[in-house]
Amino acid sequence: MDDRLKTFRQGVHPPELKILTEHSRIRRMPFPDEVVLPLSQHTGKPAKLLVRVGDHVERGDKIGAADGFISAPVHASATGTVEDIDLWPHPNGSYSPAVRIKVDKYSAQVPRGRTVPNWQGLSPGDIRQAVKDAGVVGLGGAAFPTHVKLTPPEGTNIDTLILNGCECEPYLTSDHRTMAEYPDRILLGTRIMMMCLGVSHTMIGIEKNKPDAIEALTTALPDDLNITIHPLTVKYPQGAEKMLIDALLKREVPSGKLPLDAGVVVQNVGSIAAIAEVFETGLPLVERIVTVTGKGIKEPSNLIVPVGTKLRDLIEMCGGLKEDAFEIVFGGPMMGASQANLDVPLLKGTSGVVVLSEDECKRAETHACIRCGHCLDACPVFLNPQHLGALARAERYEEMNDYHLADCMLCGCCSYTCPSNIPLSQLFQMAKTALWKRQVA
Amino acid sequence: METTSSVSNPNLLITASPHLGGRDTTPTIMWSVVASLMPVVAASIYFFGPSAFLVIFASCAGALLVEQFLGPKSALKDGSAIITGLLLGLTLPPGLPMWMAFVGGAFGIGFGKLIFGGLGQNIFNPALLGRAFLQAAFPVALTTWPAIGGPWWSLRGANFALPLMSGSTDALTGATPLGLMKFEQVATDNVDLIMGSIGGSAGETSGIIILLCGAYLAFRNHLNWRIPASILLTVAVLAGGLHLLDAARYPGAIFMLFSGGLMLGAVYMATDMVTSPTTNLGCWIFGFGIGFLVVVIRMWGGLPEGVMYAILLMNAMVPFINRATQPRVFGTKLKQVVS
Repeated sequence: MDDRLKTFRQGVHPPELKILTEHSRIRRMPFPDEVVLPLSQHTGKPAKLLVRVGDHVERGDKIGAADGFISAPVHASATGTVEDIDLWPHPNGSYSPAVRIKVDKYSAQVPRGRTVPNWQGLSPGDIRQAVKDAGVVGLGGAAFPTHVKLTPPEGTNIDTLILNGCECEPYLTSDHRTMAEYPDRILLGTRIMMMCLGVSHTMIGIEKNKPDAIEALTTALPDDLNITIHPLTVKYPQGAEKMLIDALLKREVPSGKLPLDAGVVVQNVGSIAAIAEVFETGLPLVERIVTVTGKGIKEPSNLIVPVGTKLRDLIEMCGGLKEDAFEIVFGGPMMGASQANLDVPLLKGTSGVVVLSEDECKRAETHACIRCGHCLDACPVFLNPQHLGALARAERYEEMNDYHLADCMLCGCCSYTCPSNIPLSQLFQMAKTALWKRQVA
Repeated sequence: METTSSVSNPNLLITASPHLGGRDTTPTIMWSVVASLMPVVAASIYFFGPSAFLVIFASCAGALLVEQFLGPKSALKDGSAIITGLLLGLTLPPGLPMWMAFVGGAFGIGFGKLIFGGLGQNIFNPALLGRAFLQAAFPVALTTWPAIGGPWWSLRGANFALPLMSGSTDALTGATPLGLMKFEQVATDNVDLIMGSIGGSAGETSGIIILLCGAYLAFRNHLNWRIPASILLTVAVLAGGLHLLDAARYPGAIFMLFSGGLMLGAVYMATDMVTSPTTNLGCWIFGFGIGFLVVVIRMWGGLPEGVMYAILLMNAMVPFINRATQPRVFGTKLKQVVS
């Protein structure tokens, strides 16, 4: 193992705030009274509905089929009856088609007996199909369908699998606890993925503020596989794919291209554990590990939660909100989305629920840009947020393309560091949306 | 929507990410610059007595009044106008009539900042623009330097002279080390130079104190250390090289670094965030340009001191420097396309 910590250039150092849950063992949450499963829980086309109101479904039954290549199926996360199929509040702020299942109170919630595929006998194509059928998506937040990442185009040469155990967002600890408590599952998933991709080397990148996770994985490393563990500097956004590849391999993913083009596949450790579970139990992705935390929640916890659990039930499970709860964020506080409605369901890609208190929410006054250049020093992809922000405010969106707006991944470093509190990443999101609309129109 | 749970709907804040913010805000940066200037102000009062205080007070008053009445609402709270007032006061001779300092502060904010659109929009450092105006309007008063020594409480000039009346100057006048060097070929003791007991503007004295205050700001990331580093390095290398060529004609590096307004200019004026480049490479180039111009003006120009014009000239170059030093975007081979 390298003694010098690897990292990328620039970025920011937000407070870690992981102390609330970093040593809390993962607990299983009891089944709520109902679960709400939106058909769009992943990047790509929403799933195609397979059930009707009144249908009885068992835990693990497919209720939505993948519609196209970049799509993923959705499975019932609890045994019960389809009560309603209608628009429902979605964590992205819209109302979107969702299947509401009334959970059978007296069900043992044991999944149907199903044949567990023996992965050792499967071809890479069969493994990809099994991953796709199980509805596995990236559990780090972006929810990109995993089988797409496992399907490199003809002629692409993949030489390294990278496991992303950075968890660079403040507060979140679900990946941390997964690594510390289920190292064997992660390594089994790694083994299957290495076989599927035909790579000989796997690198696991973990920020060094998770020593127990690093130790657990190091102890569990198998002798017959070339897997290396790399402690990384604690810095945001270390867990962004491009930053992680740069830190570990000193390779820059070309602008506008995917990690595949740098010969790498990156998987979040949570997703790898989910893949292992598919081949261990045959159960598709119907539950996930989520951190419910923040200064505004009474009992911060790491929980195994059925996908589709409503935010309201999750909060109740964690003792309720404190008096000064002020903002609830799905995901981490740097990139997550704030929630207006407690009835939104938890999705496959929701890694955390952070309840912020009033004093820590960023809502200070905005001042004029003083050209301090702090945003240029923070941007991990070396954009000029100061200039881009000025263009965005003047709605000169086309010009922003010349300044590589497309390379902005909305990590929020510029907004975080801006002393004048200019909502730079929000402006860039608006510009991207406006440009996209113009392109479509 | 029916609610079966005991959790009621709280009033929730909805904002775009990121939901956390860094510790610095524009007012905290500005006020920390003000705080870091206090030792410099104290040193100038120590060396020049109540006169220094009166001049700095008058230039601040001019700057603050214009910002208050012509600037945007509650603009005084951001702390930027008082920085202009303090810095201008520190560049003026301590014996200057107060009304002139007041006019300088008012001009600096009015024509140096507000007509460009206020904070963040100006091209030139407002304090230096105010000083350039005074230099052009009152060349004699701006080059009348009090002598060091005499009782601390005595005025170093006609501070209370009325506008446009020639004040009776009964104070002792002296010369600055740069003036002595340029016009009379007299050298000044290096220890006096570094500690600050020399003639000159109110704040052009104690290089050590200015460097320490600047180091504090650099540590807090409230100024880009590359700018003073680049200026001082350039001046030291150029002056040192010339001194090696002809020691009789050209003074040494220490003299060049600690005389005149170079320290104040390098640490506090050139590092004004608004009027300096936003890229780090640009800051090095900007600093080199200032250092080069300072040496050229001091050695071969008609004036004994050139820091003010060097910085103002390079201020004008900042948009060009920024455009030429855009960072290479991650994953691209070429420099960013520039419109």
